[in-house]
Amino acid sequence: MKISTWNLALAGALVASLASKAMAGDLVINTDASDPAPKKAWELIVAGFEKENPDIKVKLNTFDHEGFKTSIRNFLSADAPDIVTWYAGNRMAPFVKAKLFADVTDVWTDNKLDDAMKSTAASMEMNGKKWGVPYTYYQWGVYYRKDIFQANGIAVPTKWDEFVAACAKLKAAGIIPIAIGTQAPWPAAGWFDYLDLRVNGYEFHRDLTAGKIPYTDDRVKAVFAKWADLVKPGYFVENSAALKWQDALPLLTQGKAAMFLLGNFIVAPAKEAGLTDANFGFFPFPEITPGVARAEDAPTDTVHMPAKAKHKAEAKKFLAYIARADVQAAANEALGQLPTNNQSAKPNDPFLQAGFDMLSSASALAQFYDRDAPADMAKAGMEGFQQFLAKPDNVDQILGELEKARKRIYK
Amino acid sequence: MMLKRRKIAPWLFLAPGMAMFLLYVIIPIGQSIGLSFYDWDGLGEKTWIGWHNYIELFGDDAFYVSLKNNVAFLTLYMLAVPGGLAIALFLNQNVFGIRLVKSLFFFPFVMSQVVVGLMFSWFYAPNFGLFARFIGWLTGTQVAVLADSRFAIYGIIAAGLWPQIAYCMILYLTGLSNISPDQVEAARLDGCKGPQMLWHIILPQLGPATFIAVVVTVIGALRSFDLVSIMTNGGPYGSSRVLSYYMFEQALSEYGYRMGYGAAIAVILFAIMMVFISIFLIRMIGRERSV
Repeated sequence: MKISTWNLALAGALVASLASKAMAGDLVINTDASDPAPKKAWELIVAGFEKENPDIKVKLNTFDHEGFKTSIRNFLSADAPDIVTWYAGNRMAPFVKAKLFADVTDVWTDNKLDDAMKSTAASMEMNGKKWGVPYTYYQWGVYYRKDIFQANGIAVPTKWDEFVAACAKLKAAGIIPIAIGTQAPWPAAGWFDYLDLRVNGYEFHRDLTAGKIPYTDDRVKAVFAKWADLVKPGYFVENSAALKWQDALPLLTQGKAAMFLLGNFIVAPAKEAGLTDANFGFFPFPEITPGVARAEDAPTDTVHMPAKAKHKAEAKKFLAYIARADVQAAANEALGQLPTNNQSAKPNDPFLQAGFDMLSSASALAQFYDRDAPADMAKAGMEGFQQFLAKPDNVDQILGELEKARKRIYK
Repeated sequence: MMLKRRKIAPWLFLAPGMAMFLLYVIIPIGQSIGLSFYDWDGLGEKTWIGWHNYIELFGDDAFYVSLKNNVAFLTLYMLAVPGGLAIALFLNQNVFGIRLVKSLFFFPFVMSQVVVGLMFSWFYAPNFGLFARFIGWLTGTQVAVLADSRFAIYGIIAAGLWPQIAYCMILYLTGLSNISPDQVEAARLDGCKGPQMLWHIILPQLGPATFIAVVVTVIGALRSFDLVSIMTNGGPYGSSRVLSYYMFEQALSEYGYRMGYGAAIAVILFAIMMVFISIFLIRMIGRERSV
């Protein structure tokens, strides 16, 4: 029913655009929405936009998610589209510095987005200007098996001691407490982010990823000491460096492992593998240092207008459209993620509801280690975290190497 | 007039090939060397930093790990030459169905390296991989080859050897079909057999095949990029990087875009390859002169 209305709308938009071809503006959008859910969401967004703007015809180019990261560098400087998808924070810095993204501060002021997108506004700002519009983000946290927790008499932990005790209990019962896959090492960075945010707080984490604090600092060592509480007793799955997170997921779905720290994108494949709301749940990362304000990881996906866009007026119209509360609500329902516009309707899905509550009450939001830190620092860091999971005794050597990298990268 | 034409003609025929070679090989080499003196993220301004990339490279532990792995690759890959010879000798007989057996042995070389890499990573995978299970049954504890910094590179080399042996085998099989039967016959009449026959009669005639087998194996070892990329991404924590993969990581991967540094690694790799290429060239020219 819903789809057919969209189709009708699309057909109507097509007819309208054909009729007014002479003055029609074409809007070219390049996205990395190659997975089924994002792809559907983008088709929804485009269809809605065309319905409201019958004189604009949209051409949506969908790139493979990984390939996009390389090709964006080519098409931004050679044959620029009018809109591109990308990521907030340090990830957009190279394009802003190379003057490939256009300044869209006026879209923010005209549509009063600073209030509507309070939590993500800072991540779009560089040199005092706004360089794009966020349209979706998602929470990170601990996804766990409710039935296994129940069978072992474990309550959802809110404090670090409870969390460690829960791991010990699970391990004694022959269950892998924590699943993780670090063949692609970034899931380990989620652990580092959360431990640092909980041990030292957001300001420290921001300064560390900005290169202002040495990795050999005692406060960083304290983070690894907490991590060692879990690594040394063997609470993580063995040989995680041989697994991608997708390979580690079956451990959770088959009931061999009980917990997984990951982003909300874990929910769709986990449910596809047979888990339901009855035996699969979510809880925020537990408190470690009492009194540290609770900050969360919430990677934000964004849209930008390239500096060399050919239809700037239409592109700005589109940016204003995708920033709207109702548009974001509809798109994020299809995406299975959260709208960045705080006036959007609250989602229905229980995981998204939990995320919505958690993020809207957080004191601050970090993007993610590989978006907050510059690319080469992120690479060195994640390799260090991967090594720590396998060889926790090497912590001093690992931190020494990270410090060496920090000195080189931030100069 | 005629003389002049004779002089020009060869150059005219060579010109298209040379132009291509210049455009796609010589000029890019020059550009890479030039780029290695800059700091450049691929988008913004290039900054001249002189030898700085090289100075950093020679203080970079990851570079030495990659170099060491390249040496391991080169040495262990050489096993493909005797391995290929052994299989070729074994298969060089006329029995029913030998053609089928030969093609089965040749099969791994036909497969894409990506497929080989995937198959081996499943073979090694802890919990369900055949190899991991076998080791577990033998010793009581499973070893995750590709997740263990001690073994990862050897796991990759073993995977690479499989198609490489098949390649050497096919080279030797063609070599064996060209062995002159009279010499073998004569040697047999003189009472020569077994290892003696192999060493003094067969192997010398396989000289050209051996030469090509060594060349393709060296090149295969230095190119070893795809297997590393598929099987480990250079991990765990960088222990299975090789130079070609490290270059890619620094210059072109998601967290890289240090074009100058990547170019510096490429130049070093090029220098290493030049050593081998010159040895081969000198030998080849020497051969042609002696003919």
